[in-house]
Amino acid sequence: MADPKRFSEDAMVHADSLYAAALRMTRNRSDAEDLLQETYLKAFRAYDRFQEGTYLKAWLYRILTNTYINSYRAKKRRPEETDVEDVGELYLYRQINALERSGMARSAEDVALDLFTDDQIKEALESLPENYRYAVLLADVEGFSYKEIAEITDVPIGTVMSRLSRGRAALQKSLAGYVQEWALVKAEK
Amino acid sequence: MTEQKMPSMDPFDRSACEETIHELYHFLAGELTDAKRKEIEFHLDHCGPCVDIVSFESDLRRVIADRCREQVPKGLRDKIAQLIDHELDASESGA
Repeated sequence: MADPKRFSEDAMVHADSLYAAALRMTRNRSDAEDLLQETYLKAFRAYDRFQEGTYLKAWLYRILTNTYINSYRAKKRRPEETDVEDVGELYLYRQINALERSGMARSAEDVALDLFTDDQIKEALESLPENYRYAVLLADVEGFSYKEIAEITDVPIGTVMSRLSRGRAALQKSLAGYVQEWALVKAEK
Repeated sequence: MTEQKMPSMDPFDRSACEETIHELYHFLAGELTDAKRKEIEFHLDHCGPCVDIVSFESDLRRVIADRCREQVPKGLRDKIAQLIDHELDASESGA
């Protein structure tokens, strides 16, 4: 049984990462703050049921996920079910290469990654349908394994993988929009 | 007659490039079996265009993760700490 006196020390280490997830999911600072606070209170009250030796960060994410679904998603009229267009693999890479070939942007590949601002990346991620957004966030931002993501979000691993592949492709499509804008501006100069 | 053991993914075969691209994100996420990972690494030792793609995607993944970092506002961090202390006191005095 986990010792409640150790909770703050052990669990608060993950606060920045949980807060980032809360922000990306609620897309709203005040909701994200409430969600984080509620997650920590619930986690503390359930801490005696936490199995020591298992992955605390994943356990906290599980609580964050459930709290989000129960308290925040319910606020919306209906869950997002919009599908994303399947743009296939390497969308961004191919777009950048096409720009280079067309002569619109030289060495676009080198500059593309430095080009994005923090806000653009966050916006691109937040524009994804909720389930895709959360899978990409857990895998590519937080580095959870597919198996851990399946446990955190309570879906089969096959679903995690399909959400990831669609989510990653849609994110690349979003980011490609910024690269195209940049190339246009550059071409006008 | 000796049968030469060939790697299962011939680096000069285009289908090896397709396979690498197909598995790319699972490769970057460390989600492949050892055998599969070694096949892809073997291919990358021999294929410049695929190395280019893998390094682009790997940089992109890192940029996305780095740019999404956040810091809990100090006031909120303190508030959560206080709430937990309060709960802890209440549970101890109740016990």
